[in-house]
Amino acid sequence: MPETTARTRFYDSPFSIPDSRIFMKLSENWLREWVNPQATINEISDRLVMGGLELEIEPVLETLPQGVVVGRIVKAERHPQADRLQVCEVDVGQPEKLQIVCGAANARAGMNAPCAVVGARLPDGMDIKQAQLRGVDSFGMLCSAKELGLTEKSDGLLELDADAKPGTPIEQYLGLKDNVLNLEITPNRGDCLSVLGLARELSALYAIPTKRPNFPQAVVVGHAQVKVEIEDLQSCPHYTGRVITKLNPKALTPDWMRERLRRSGIRCIHPVVDITNYVMIELGQPMHAFDSGKISGQVRVRRARAGEKLELLNGDTLEFNHGELIIADDHGPLALAGVMGGQESGVQVRTTGIFLESACFAPTAVAATARRHKLASDSCYRFERGVDPNLQRSALERATQLILQICGGEVHPVITAGRPPAEPITVRLRQTRLNQLLGHEIAEKDVEQLLSRLGITTRHELGGAWIARVPSYRYDLRIEPDLIEEVARLYGYDRILAKPYAARLAPGRPSEAARSLTRVQDVLVSRGWQQIVSLSFVEPGLQGQLNPQARGIPLDNPIADTLSVMRTTLWAGLIPAWLYNRQRQQNRLRLFEQGVAFADVDGQIVETSRLAGLAVGAALPEQWNSAARPADFYDLKADVVALLGSTAGEYRFEKAEHPALHPGQSARILRGERAAGWIGAMHPKLVRTLDLPDTPLLFELDWEVIRDTRVPSTQPLSEFPSSRRDLALVVPETVSADALIACAKASGENLLQKVFIFDIYRGENLPTACKSVALGLIFNDYSRTLTLEEIDASVTRIISQLTRELGAVIRQ
Amino acid sequence: MSEQLDQLLNEAKSAIDAASDARALEQLRVDYLGKKGRITELLKQLGGMAPDERKSFGERVNRVKEAVVSAMDERGSTLEQAELARQLAADSIDVTLPGRGVTPGGLHPIVRTVQRIEQLFNELGFETVEGPEIEDDFHNFGALNIPELHPARSMQDTFYVRNGQNVLRTHTSPVQIRTMKALVESGRRPPIRIICPGRVYRSDSDRTHSPMFHQVEGLYVAENVTFSDLKYDLETFLSRFFERDVKALFRPSYFPFVEPGADVHIRWADPGKGERWLEVLGCGMVHPKVFEAVGLDPERYTGFAFGMGVERFAMLRYGVDDLRQFFNNDLRFLEQFA
Repeated sequence: MPETTARTRFYDSPFSIPDSRIFMKLSENWLREWVNPQATINEISDRLVMGGLELEIEPVLETLPQGVVVGRIVKAERHPQADRLQVCEVDVGQPEKLQIVCGAANARAGMNAPCAVVGARLPDGMDIKQAQLRGVDSFGMLCSAKELGLTEKSDGLLELDADAKPGTPIEQYLGLKDNVLNLEITPNRGDCLSVLGLARELSALYAIPTKRPNFPQAVVVGHAQVKVEIEDLQSCPHYTGRVITKLNPKALTPDWMRERLRRSGIRCIHPVVDITNYVMIELGQPMHAFDSGKISGQVRVRRARAGEKLELLNGDTLEFNHGELIIADDHGPLALAGVMGGQESGVQVRTTGIFLESACFAPTAVAATARRHKLASDSCYRFERGVDPNLQRSALERATQLILQICGGEVHPVITAGRPPAEPITVRLRQTRLNQLLGHEIAEKDVEQLLSRLGITTRHELGGAWIARVPSYRYDLRIEPDLIEEVARLYGYDRILAKPYAARLAPGRPSEAARSLTRVQDVLVSRGWQQIVSLSFVEPGLQGQLNPQARGIPLDNPIADTLSVMRTTLWAGLIPAWLYNRQRQQNRLRLFEQGVAFADVDGQIVETSRLAGLAVGAALPEQWNSAARPADFYDLKADVVALLGSTAGEYRFEKAEHPALHPGQSARILRGERAAGWIGAMHPKLVRTLDLPDTPLLFELDWEVIRDTRVPSTQPLSEFPSSRRDLALVVPETVSADALIACAKASGENLLQKVFIFDIYRGENLPTACKSVALGLIFNDYSRTLTLEEIDASVTRIISQLTRELGAVIRQ
Repeated sequence: MSEQLDQLLNEAKSAIDAASDARALEQLRVDYLGKKGRITELLKQLGGMAPDERKSFGERVNRVKEAVVSAMDERGSTLEQAELARQLAADSIDVTLPGRGVTPGGLHPIVRTVQRIEQLFNELGFETVEGPEIEDDFHNFGALNIPELHPARSMQDTFYVRNGQNVLRTHTSPVQIRTMKALVESGRRPPIRIICPGRVYRSDSDRTHSPMFHQVEGLYVAENVTFSDLKYDLETFLSRFFERDVKALFRPSYFPFVEPGADVHIRWADPGKGERWLEVLGCGMVHPKVFEAVGLDPERYTGFAFGMGVERFAMLRYGVDDLRQFFNNDLRFLEQFA
């Protein structure tokens, strides 16, 4: 079965929604009181997993204690030789009392505590032997919760209920032979966040009934009323409450309840609070208990007024400015409805009278407050996901019953406000639609039977449809596909077989000129470049230096200052990647990345797909018989031109200045008039500012501009021989290769088929600030062999034009 | 006379044998057979001889000449062969030295995985579509049936920009919405069969979480698309991706934009460990609210959608155990994918 726990779940949990899952812990024994499939806990776990929940099973104790029983301290006296030790006489249900030396501060006569008798073994493997402590014999050990393996740390002996029977084995008394179900629930299944809910789910999965325990209604003896008024019925459709007085302030939460709450991960605070938590886990109804003495006048469920304040149970004081849903009395806020109670009005140690609230709050009202104030609680988790609107009254009765049982007291009438619970929702389900959506036939009677297992009653309608009545706790079943999923889920997804099918397609018309990214990337790869993938958010300082003109888009909630702005240039990721590898002794690098750059252009978010690279180190990898030469602009340019592909001729490299690039070694790349990108060596000033170990060569191209090449269109081939003439020209340094070639081409007319530079010479015998350029000219014609005279005339024209326009002189 | 000729021939033969190279041999050719060569000189004497004598002497001289020529040819070819052998020996190189020039780089493993996933789906007729990475609320949440205050949304996990006006997309699912909307707005109707790879963002970072990762989303909308079709495409994909019969398990799950929803697990054994089920995909039938949000009739059309985390597929396929390695860009790691 799938191993689907919080731990194995991946960050990339495919398709998932952030933080969509929540957890609940629950005792197996508790669950089995409500529904008891004849199956092991692992089988039950598998069944639940296949039903759509996720869970992990943990035993309450890996190893049970042996020989530990309930012990009653009959007598406790100061140890004659040690101030901190007591010599206790302990009743362990045997005629003989045991003498045990105990160091726990809370040990006292009349107290019950776990007692490990001689021969016992504790869960951590410790064997209990007869011992002598400072000269006094000790026949066993009184234990703390930690020594029993129940908690990480503890303070003194684990005090057990006063009515615990001495001699009862502790594993039996505390029900330690139990497992904890650690459930993970998808947001739609808030109904499973309780023993009751999980019991219903198991009942559906196993097709067995639940054994809902019987909760008798408490006898009302008092007449105390609190007037409750709901001002916002949308946010709180239904509210019930009751006053209970004359509580025993000395009451303690019994062990059985403590243990169950502990297994649910809930700390015991006060019997009344513990009971409300217990009922929440048991039935799924979050409740709250106010100290009735702290409520003055009327209770109102209303929107907070601006500026109202409330100190919460967690100690935070909130100021309300957004109409949060609160519970208030005549003086002001008492609690944040459905989220958290207030400090002031909460139950205290000496509280003897309470007002118990069991209300239905709308998911959005609770969620809005919780999000705004970044609060989380078991209560708001449940309300956000939907609490059964029919549950308030029975939860109130259940809590009342437990309070009477544990704290005693006098019960007053139930107070209700708001609307009576809504009628059950009905959903229409068509058999044809069910079969059509699943691609699988499920028989009519099977559908009905599967739905009835979920408590969904169906009524036939004409035309092969059902009207399904959905129980009030299934907030998630509102439309036809919801029911289809329920049917399919219980039927078993594995029984719906995959069948080959003919997909209906509407294929587009893929452009032949549009190159695939794959192909272009492969060009770089074959030329020695390694692709990287870096994060899209970068360090704002570095980016500001690299690309000061662009307006970056900062993150509102970055995970780190160094990753706080969306990249406007891919260089901002390439440079850190280079430095990372340089620290790992990699000195020659060719790194490229493909991805989106983000900029704020006049308030608009503009995303451009880019291809960028960084080169440092030698032109070639270190190798034998090859002089190491640092890579330069032209090495990079050759790679860039290679990736531009068959239309490289449409591009110009125009000398231009970029703040990050060396002004003498950088070019803007243009395709016609469209800016295609930049290439160059990093500006030496920036190399210094950034304290870089080397000068990187950089390029960045706009993928949209360079993507398309052209569909080839052939030219006729000449059948006549071509002629080559070479010119050695002396030109000023400022004359660019492009200018020379363009000038020659323009003056060479149609006969000149090709012009290229095959050598450049600088040095002696040249006028200052001049270079010698060797130009190769190829002449050809499609219709005839050119005569020497024609070619000479053309060459002469070219030379005179080069001289006139560019100051070129034939080198002697 | 005859003795003279024999001696001449012997001299010539030993000189030829002694010739150490082509040049010496050529000199001998000149010495014996050139215009003033010794044999040529003898032949010149024939003119002054009596016919009888001329004939017999001529024959003898010619025999000597032939013998010399043949000896020279033979020596010539021997020398040529020796010369070639010398040449070859001198030219021979260490063929085990590496070739010169650049060595190829490589694609990033994530890109490589995306390409493979894309290709496999392209072959099933899914067309690749991309969308923006900075999204708005409508496309990332609202249209996907994740209304505000839905528990599925959480401030903690979403990156916001521009004071909450926009989000970094938390999944590739908004591309579904954009594609369907664009189709409807251009007056066309399904079928739609697309695959949408791309970067997604969640504000989470540890060993198994990266604030940026990659997903591939798939969507097929037409009349009568079924859950069975979905299972077929995904099972086919998984077996093709891993190049073996993959056992896939579909389990009910919840994503607000599909219903019914499922997650998909495969049987997986890490080296040295037992087999286990591993979640690799989420999927389901497009939710009617999603169709409504884009203006398609949910009665007429049905569809399926699925999404997968690329990093997980790359990790499984290449045996990578730490997610962070993908984004450290350590060349020693990346070069293993060259």
